[in-house]
Amino acid sequence: MPETSGVTAVTIECSVNGTSYRATVEARLTLADFLRERCGLTGTHLGCEHGVCGACTVLVGGRAVRSCLMFAVQAQGREVTTVEGLAGPGGALSAVQEAFRSEHGLQCGFCTPGFVVAATAFLADNPDPSEAEIREAMSGNLCRCTGYQGILRAVAVAAHATASAGREELK
Amino acid sequence: MKPAVFAYHAPASVEEALDLLRELGDDAKVLAGGQSLVPMLSMRLSVFPHLIDVGNLGELDGIRIDEERVTVGAITCDSLVERDAGVADAAPLLSRVTPYIGHLAIRNRGTLGGSIAHADPAGEYPAAALALDAEMVVRSAGSQRRVGASEFFTGLWSTALNPEELLVEVDFPRWKGRSGFAVAEHARRHGDFAIAGAVVGVTLDADDRIVRAGIGLFGMASTPLRASTAEADVIGRTYTDCDSEQIGHLSVEGLDDVVADTSGSAQYRRQVGAAMVARAWSEAVNEASNA
Repeated sequence: MPETSGVTAVTIECSVNGTSYRATVEARLTLADFLRERCGLTGTHLGCEHGVCGACTVLVGGRAVRSCLMFAVQAQGREVTTVEGLAGPGGALSAVQEAFRSEHGLQCGFCTPGFVVAATAFLADNPDPSEAEIREAMSGNLCRCTGYQGILRAVAVAAHATASAGREELK
Repeated sequence: MKPAVFAYHAPASVEEALDLLRELGDDAKVLAGGQSLVPMLSMRLSVFPHLIDVGNLGELDGIRIDEERVTVGAITCDSLVERDAGVADAAPLLSRVTPYIGHLAIRNRGTLGGSIAHADPAGEYPAAALALDAEMVVRSAGSQRRVGASEFFTGLWSTALNPEELLVEVDFPRWKGRSGFAVAEHARRHGDFAIAGAVVGVTLDADDRIVRAGIGLFGMASTPLRASTAEADVIGRTYTDCDSEQIGHLSVEGLDDVVADTSGSAQYRRQVGAAMVARAWSEAVNEASNA
């Protein structure tokens, strides 16, 4: 049997925003609590803690997941990216972050990390989405303030900005 | 909203997982993607002393397609099923039901085998498995058996799996000939639990007669259901003789444990279920007749 068999505490190693972490955690610790409490990355927010609201969305291996529905031990050996890991060098906002600011894609900000991370993963897969695709992709995240219009606009603007930047690079 | 303490097991092979299941039996629960199990643990609707994590067992991951069947490894994630071009061609219904499962972030972790073993009556994959005549490949230490979908779902969140058994893969037969497939689902928001939904597979012969029909219902009762009476009724008839609304009504007739909850009464669910069958039937027949 491997050393991880039948134990209530497990030592894990994973990478978060490019930094390696090694920690002994309770097996029942969710990835969300690991990120917030053990890594000090409180940008990942916890709303419902049962997979409905999407505020805790992070990237694992580049794909969006609910960090409240994953145990930290399941991130063993994986690369995790949180909202803190999206900005460029010197804190330059990413295209999605910039668009959320310019299009008023947030009010109180509680749901924002989840939306920004989910939108980032979505646009990486689908750089030129239709409005209907944007709505569907964002339907897994709840916002109680904005009425969503600014958020949907922000994702569309971010897609456009990324596409323009890509065209510039090709020139 | 924190799960209770459990002992965590990460077996390195299926054999090790089966040994653990034999040893721990009912005290253990298998963890795959965790998209249904973790919320239940967090809300403490269920408590298990042991969790056996099969999420890293590569032998349970992936899709194989041959002339006869599409075989999906138990821990193959939903988003892979959704994107796989081979699945879209060989088992179109699987590709079409997957986008209805939760949201993208859920489908990135949720697994096909997990959904079927969890056996939520509102789940899309269990109903698709029923309608398509899928077979579950089930292993325990030293033995393997196959369980037809019609025998697999035994009650609310209950299956024919014994405590020492592990679902390792699901075999979906490829439907040949002029076949069509469709899903229709009604939920308050996209990705929510279905209030009622239906999946349909239908095959026509060269004279437009229905030679095979599979109608699965979900969200209606304590298990996913197969509308056997309606299926028997349409076999041998030409599709133009079949009225989709009538098939819908026949599909929900005689159901005696339709769920009533805050989303609606049993009567409402029956009506929605009938409408979903009618919608999916029309679409599936339309596809088959143009094939």
